[in-house]
Amino acid sequence: MTSATLLFLVIGLGLVAWFFGRLKASGMQASGETSRSALHSLPNYHGWYVALWAIVPAAIFMTIWNFVSPALITDAALTSAAAAGLPQDSFSRAAILSEARAIAYGNQTNAFNPLSQSMVEPYREAIAYYQMIGTVAALLMVFACGVYAWLQIKPDLRARTKIERVTMLILLLASLIAIITTVGIFLSLVFESARFFSMVSPIDFLFGTEWNPKAVAGPRGETGFGAIPLFWGTVFIGAIIAMIVAIPLGLMSAIYLTQYAPAKFRAWMKPILEVLAGVPTVVYGYFAALTVAPALRDFAVSIGIAGASSESALAAGVVMGIMIIPFVSSMADDSIAAVPSAMRDGSLAMGATHSETIKKVLIPAALPGVVGGVLLAVSRAIGETMIVVMAAGLAANMTANPFSSVTTVTTQIVQLLTGDQEFDSPKTLAAFALGLVLFIVTLLLNLIALRVVKKYREAYE
Amino acid sequence: MNDDLTMQEASESANMTDSAPTDMASEASTPKMTARNVNVFYGDKQAINDVSIDVNMDNVTAFIGPSGCGKSTFLRCMNRMNDTIPIARVTGDIQLDGDDIYAPKMDVVQLRARVGMVFQKPNPFPKSIYDNIAYGPRIHGLATGKEELDNIVESSLQRAGLWGEVKDRLHDSGTALSGGQQQRLCIARAIAVDPEVILMDEPCSALDPIATAKIEELIHELRGKYAIVIVTHNMQQAARVSQKTAFFHLGTLVEYGETTDIFTNPREEKTRDYITGRYG
Repeated sequence: MTSATLLFLVIGLGLVAWFFGRLKASGMQASGETSRSALHSLPNYHGWYVALWAIVPAAIFMTIWNFVSPALITDAALTSAAAAGLPQDSFSRAAILSEARAIAYGNQTNAFNPLSQSMVEPYREAIAYYQMIGTVAALLMVFACGVYAWLQIKPDLRARTKIERVTMLILLLASLIAIITTVGIFLSLVFESARFFSMVSPIDFLFGTEWNPKAVAGPRGETGFGAIPLFWGTVFIGAIIAMIVAIPLGLMSAIYLTQYAPAKFRAWMKPILEVLAGVPTVVYGYFAALTVAPALRDFAVSIGIAGASSESALAAGVVMGIMIIPFVSSMADDSIAAVPSAMRDGSLAMGATHSETIKKVLIPAALPGVVGGVLLAVSRAIGETMIVVMAAGLAANMTANPFSSVTTVTTQIVQLLTGDQEFDSPKTLAAFALGLVLFIVTLLLNLIALRVVKKYREAYE
Repeated sequence: MNDDLTMQEASESANMTDSAPTDMASEASTPKMTARNVNVFYGDKQAINDVSIDVNMDNVTAFIGPSGCGKSTFLRCMNRMNDTIPIARVTGDIQLDGDDIYAPKMDVVQLRARVGMVFQKPNPFPKSIYDNIAYGPRIHGLATGKEELDNIVESSLQRAGLWGEVKDRLHDSGTALSGGQQQRLCIARAIAVDPEVILMDEPCSALDPIATAKIEELIHELRGKYAIVIVTHNMQQAARVSQKTAFFHLGTLVEYGETTDIFTNPREEKTRDYITGRYG
């Protein structure tokens, strides 16, 4: 019996357990053995109590068994007579064993190595043996725990409270998974980066100005891992050009929507803006590379800027800015809407016009929230990948000319990790170091932004 | 009590045919603001029903009535603050010095500079005390230089009785003041643009008794310099600060007259029921 079948069987038995648990509890309720109020929990809760007792320990056992049994199976197979003829060389031994295992599990039909074929039978036997043990043990656990829980059912059993606790644990587990994953990603970045920094000095990496990664160091020991041009390109596109586009447009659209727009228009406009935020970035990438970039180059050439590239910081930055507008706009919208209407009325009652009120009262009061929103937008922009990959170019230029091509951290990560790689070359590992820097910077930006937004929210409550 | 009743009945019958909002108006100087047959609708719901009233320069006028009776709504018509509510619609005629404030040629910005307002909850801007007061003079260009602006700020704070308490910390935030101080700051802010009328919408409902007493004292001092209209749900307050009282009920103006008459000798039974605490 395979693990999947066994799992379904256990769950099925759990449902049976639920039924019996419920039946026993309802019996207590109905038989007049006790009055209704004396039964602490509804019969349903008793049912779940028994079902969880039947399923959970068995499921935990099966999970552990799945990790433990392959080693036990291999050990058992190696003690068979056929194993005596295996080569001592650990590499070819492992190859034979894995081939035999694949055939035994039915994933492969023919063996390339005759020695493997001889190992298949001992493997089959070992697998059948340990699977049987696992199945029997799991089913025994289902029955034992189920019966134990069933015997526990008494009028004063606090099944409802216990189910509540289990629910809480399940929810906690769900939220922990996201956090643990993030921590895991961070740790993997740290370890890979540590390997990188054992080959390339962190000083060269963080402060070097030449980006031209080579697998082998050049004649003067230069490695070409100076990431400053990438950091500059990232900041230039994500934090400067994109924000020059996104902040005024986002803010103004938020002001229009919160202060001037008729309710009907607002009801249409807000969802449309939010839909814009859901357009896949690769689509913005096309738009940047195929429409905006050539138009900007033609424009630059026509006004006499020589050396305008068809892949430019400006094209990527402008499109990224447009992509960020809904984001800035909705954050600004929230903060302006959070300014008490008493402020607005107070200003209007002084004889201020609508725009004076916005400029002198609403925006200053909403500013911390707007700044928080902008910081979040920056952290999104610098982590954005598709647009810059398609429109910004690969040349690691340190230039403030928006018409020339620059490259960003994310673009280079894509470059370093696509195609063939060796995971022990600094060229590949550099991607992890870049990722780590990006991760830390965006994390800090988010932390600061959330603090700013939170502090300001409290001020009005 | 019996005497009151007969007197009230008598004056009621005497007043039956009188369509003018008050028979007392003729005694006072020409009214600063006059309202005739004002109706206010929120969407389909009528909030104010055919209200006519005169407000005089040398009086404090109190609007009283149970919650939801329309007194605040009517107050907000007098400087067109209802314009900020899209579904609100006002009909009828409201004049300031004989000019229709709802006429197309009336600039609402100018109107609000002449008819200032103080709100229920103190709402200083999140700026310094100085900037709060200077806000109005700045947007209306009332001061030509720093010195003049300083003078306006000082005199406004002095009139609002706040100068002594804040003169050493003019550049602290206005929101750091206590509730009562904040409300006086808002009154000073309204005074700073030199209005002719000041509308106060339950200015003490968020304040403690001591702060309330200070505001009431301030209203006494401001009387005569500005036409003051105060909405209050506190009848004792109306009796203390006002010379004229208007009683609103369910969107209609039930009775309007000298405060002493309203409280000692109301013409309408509804008014008497309200001020004797039978409902409201």
